[in-house]
Formats: sequence, structure tokens, C-alpha cells
Amino acid sequence: MAEQDLPGLLIMGIGGTHGVQESLAALLKKHFSVITMKELLENKKEVGKKIQCIFVSEFRPTIDQELLESLPNLKVIGNSGVGVDHLNLKMISNFGVRVTNTPHAVADSTADMGMALMLASARRLVEGSQIAVSPDTNYFAADWLGVEVTRATLGIIGMGRIGYKVAQRARAFEMKILYHNRNRRSQEEEQAVGACYSEMEDLLQQSDFVMLVVNLTPQTEKLIGKKELGLMKPTATLINISRGAVIDQDALVEALQNKTIKAAALDVTYPEPLPRNHPLLKLNNVIITPHIGTATVQATHMMAEEAIANMLSVLNCQPIPSEVFPQ
Amino acid sequence: MKVKPKIMKGEELPGLLVNEIGGMHGILHDHVEFLKKHFCLITMKEFLENKKNMSKKVQAVYLWWHKPVIDKDLLQSLPNLKVIANSGVGMDHLDLKLVASFGVKMANAPCAVSSSTADTGMALLLASARRLVEGYHVAVSPGMEYCEADFLGVEVTGATLGIIGMGSIGYKIALRAKAFEMKILYHNRTRRKEQEEQAVGALYCEKIDDLLCQADFVMVVVSLTPQTHKLIGKREMELMKPTATLINISRGAVVDQEALVIALRSGVIRAAALDVTYPEPLPRDHPLLKLKNVIITPHLGIKTDKATRMITEEAVENILAALAGLPMPSEVHPS
Repeated sequence: MAEQDLPGLLIMGIGGTHGVQESLAALLKKHFSVITMKELLENKKEVGKKIQCIFVSEFRPTIDQELLESLPNLKVIGNSGVGVDHLNLKMISNFGVRVTNTPHAVADSTADMGMALMLASARRLVEGSQIAVSPDTNYFAADWLGVEVTRATLGIIGMGRIGYKVAQRARAFEMKILYHNRNRRSQEEEQAVGACYSEMEDLLQQSDFVMLVVNLTPQTEKLIGKKELGLMKPTATLINISRGAVIDQDALVEALQNKTIKAAALDVTYPEPLPRNHPLLKLNNVIITPHIGTATVQATHMMAEEAIANMLSVLNCQPIPSEVFPQ
Repeated sequence: MKVKPKIMKGEELPGLLVNEIGGMHGILHDHVEFLKKHFCLITMKEFLENKKNMSKKVQAVYLWWHKPVIDKDLLQSLPNLKVIANSGVGMDHLDLKLVASFGVKMANAPCAVSSSTADTGMALLLASARRLVEGYHVAVSPGMEYCEADFLGVEVTGATLGIIGMGSIGYKIALRAKAFEMKILYHNRTRRKEQEEQAVGALYCEKIDDLLCQADFVMVVVSLTPQTHKLIGKREMELMKPTATLINISRGAVVDQEALVIALRSGVIRAAALDVTYPEPLPRDHPLLKLKNVIITPHLGIKTDKATRMITEEAVENILAALAGLPMPSEVHPS
């Protein structure tokens, strides 16, 4: 009976390829009466009334008008992850529902992923691993080289929580760090990581590695297009750990094919996944990973905990740690 | 037909023997111009075709990727040989005592090597932890339409890294790992100074066992010697956590490969990332090539444009010092 007193929380499902991990479901069940989409769809009228919160993980369940209309007592959508570009914030707000995200839980893992991609691309790790196991390999060529990371120049576009953590890590590789952000960081923060504030053009022209760490907004959509790629060094690498739509993908394909830039490493694309015949999948100077920026046991747990705290604060009419508002 | 005049200027420069230029085991084409400023380059082919004339010219040998092989025959045929410069830091392919017995000095290239190799170690650690190579295959594979929600790696930030071998490469790894807020344990023949330990927040483990049972990532960064041969075997892997990852950037023979295959298959350890194997490359039917939880890379070590350039510069510095009878920046003596 105690479980019925807990507020109703809608999730996509438990387990399988699209559901929430078993261990996370157990965590959610401590605070909520967990209801799956299947259970809701089987009895919308009765079950819909019970739902006060939705836990959105890996962009599921999809929040559309129909769903919102069927949940008269919905108070908050707790997103697992920091990006909320998949949510129509205006529409949700019109229903009087709050939205929260998890900026703290994602930061370390995503910064680690950015570093992993930069190192893997620079040192040709994926290509190398294929050579190492290929049935055709009978020797390792002496003149097969990558590019140096230590003491190279890293340009960070977007110096929020994640971007700053990237800078902290890159500093240990003695990298020269340039950054561009809507707002400049304080002098102490800049000095702590040895980062120089730059105009976009300067950053693009001087960097050996350009890392995108912005959130997706109307202002950052196609932030990196033909012009920006043209400003980059032909020896430079572009790394994207923000959202696919921040890059003009067609322009990127062209730039990689024409060797306008040297390589790209993308944890995010538009769409995800890319259609199987997309040119990006065939280029050997591209590493693509399936949006695994926060895909660790620890990060997913921290994200669930942060989302739970956010949702409970709404239900308990307390200050909300990480609410997001329509622009 | 015009007779080509003898190139007198070239003969003034000391002869430098190299395996070949370009190709499988040759020095890099990009470095040739630089080398020719200081030396008369002689390839093994040229030497063997004309031993009588060439043998007295050779005053130095520049080894690129362990070639040419230095044996008694070669040493005996080079009466004016003064120095052998090795590209890279590992000297396990050289018989140091034999070379020294001919009165020939040896040098390695430690400065150029350490940063690049440390970067390789970190690249492998991150790639393995985050299942980067597997992820790549999911992302580009024709059959895959989505990434399963349960595709999870392990966290690097805040994890415990155990460094076995805290020389200049090991120390640079510690510096990098610290920025990921990793807890650092290390095991070494000799303990580092307190200041050095504090600078990276590293805790000394006098017993390798203490390191092995606590680490989430075990990184092997030792040189190959009779003492470190099969340093990591069945016993060591069983001491490791079942959630731990083994990373080897030293030499293949430091790890007992058969034991590693068993450990990976049975879940004794979570995964391995190997930049080095024994032999290199592995035979194409080797079980390590088929395991999902292994990343193997083709001895990336120092394979960057900048590092290779610095190695050649370091080698030239050592050779010129030896030929001038001056102290060499990185002379190596038989232990």
C-alpha cells in the first residue's frame, strides 16, 4: 500500500534496448510509483491521472501534445542529461509543467569522452586497431604516423561546466588552450587552466584541435559551417560532443573529402543514428561513436539521482536545483 | 655518356649506417634531408654490396625500429664504428654487453619518447574504459540501427590508476591522470622523491599486490628486462579486480599472453588495451585478436610526426657528441 502513496512517475520501460536500466528502475522505485509507457497505454484514463512526473532518459519517452493532454496531474519532466533540445519547452510550459535537467552529473563523463575522442583521432587509434587485427596485416609500417597531442593547441568552443573540465584535462597534456564562449570566464578561472579567450575566427585559425561543447539553441545551430571549416588549419581535427546540429554536416563531409580539415571525431550526429548510406560513415578520417558521452554505470546513476532530486523538489514545492526555461 | 664526378663533399661527412630509407623498416623520408646535413647516409644494401669500401666509412649506426640487427658479424665488419643511436627508449633488442665489448657507445632517445608514449597510454585507457572502438563499430556498422540503452562503459574520472613503472613515461601518465581526478598508486624499483609523489598525488605501493587489488586501471610502463619478463601473469591478473582494465604500453613480453587470454575470456579482469604484443604483429589466428574486450593497437607508442622528428634530432645530437668525444646527452651503459 505504501507504494501507492508514492507519486506516479512515467518511464519508457525497464530493461531491454530502449528501457531504463534495472538498477536505475530500482532507484526510482524508492521515491516513486513507477509506471511504464506500456502500462499507461493499456489504460490511459485511469493510469494517466496518477502520473505527476516523467523521467526522460535517452530522449524517451517522446513528449508530444497527445501525451501531455493525457496526463492532467503532470507537474514535472525530469530529463536525464543536460541537453533539452529534444523537448518543446514552450509547449510543455503551456501545460504548466516544469522541466529539469542534470548539468552536474554529465560533466565529468562528457569531458572524458571529449578527451577520448581527441586522443583517438590524433593517434589514429580506431584505424590502428583495425590494422592490428586485420587478416591482411603482416607487419606494422614504420611510416604510419598520427599527430601529437602534447603541446598542441586546443580550441574549446563553449566553456561551460563541461568545456571547463575539458580544459582542466587538456592542460595536463601541456596543451595551449584557446576558448570561445558567450561570456568570458573570470581571470582566475582562465589562469587556473591556462586558457586564452579568443574570437571565433582566431580560435579556428590557430587550433590544432577544435572541440565543440555548446548546447544546441537557435543561435548555435550550424555554428560550424563551410566558412568556419575553411578557417581551420588543414592539419586540424574537429571534435563534437555537443549536438549533431551544431555542425553543418554536408559542409563537414565536403571539408573532409577535400582535406580542408584533417579529421573529425563525432559522438553526436544529426540524426542519431545516421542513415546507413551517409557519406560520413565511409570516410576513413572520421571517428563516430553512438552518443556515449555519459554512457557509464556511474554517470547514468548520478543522472538518475540528480533527476530524482529535481523532480522531488518540484513536488515538494522547494527550490528547484536545475530548472530549464523556454528561451 | 657523361661520367659523374666523385662527390667529394659527401665524403667529408662521417658515414651513418641505416637499415633502409622508407619502406617497412626504414628511416622516414622526411628525415633524410636533415640527416644528410651531418652524415653520409649508407643503407645496409649499399654496405653489403660494397663492404670493402663502405666498412671503414661507417662511424655511426642509426637504428630505426630495431633495424639493422646489430650482431657480432656486423660489429666486426665496422672497424671505425664509434656509436649506435637507438630511436626510442627501449634497448631490449640490443646486446648491450656485446656492443660495449667492441668499444662502441650506445644512446637512446628518452626525451622525445615520454610525452607521446604517455599520450598513447591515456588514449588506450580512455578508449577501453568508454568502449570507443566497439562504439565506433556500432555507429558505422550497416546492420546496426540504434545503440542499445545498456551500452555502458566505466568511469575514468575519480577512478584508481595503478602505474607499474614510474620512470619518465610513467610519471607523465600520472601528471595526465591527475587532471582526470584519478587516484594514483604506483609501483617502481625505487621510490620517487616525496615532492614528486605529492605533485601528482601518487601513493607508493612497495608490494605490487597492493596496487593490483586496488586499481581500476593497471598501466604497465616498465622496460623489458629479465626481471620484468612475464611480470603480469596469472597470479597478478587474479589479484586484479574483475572490473579492472589492464593497459600495456611497455613490451609484449612483460605480460603473459596466454594467461591474459584466459583472464579475459573468464572475466577475471574486465578488459585489456595493448599497444604492444609478442610478437608484433600477432599471428592472424591468435585468440587475442578475436576477444571483444581487447583493444590492440599497432605499437603507436611514439608514432607522431613531432615525436619521430625529435627522436631523430636526439639521435643526431648523441652521435655528434660521441664522434667529437664529448659527453652524450643520453648514453646507455650495459646494466
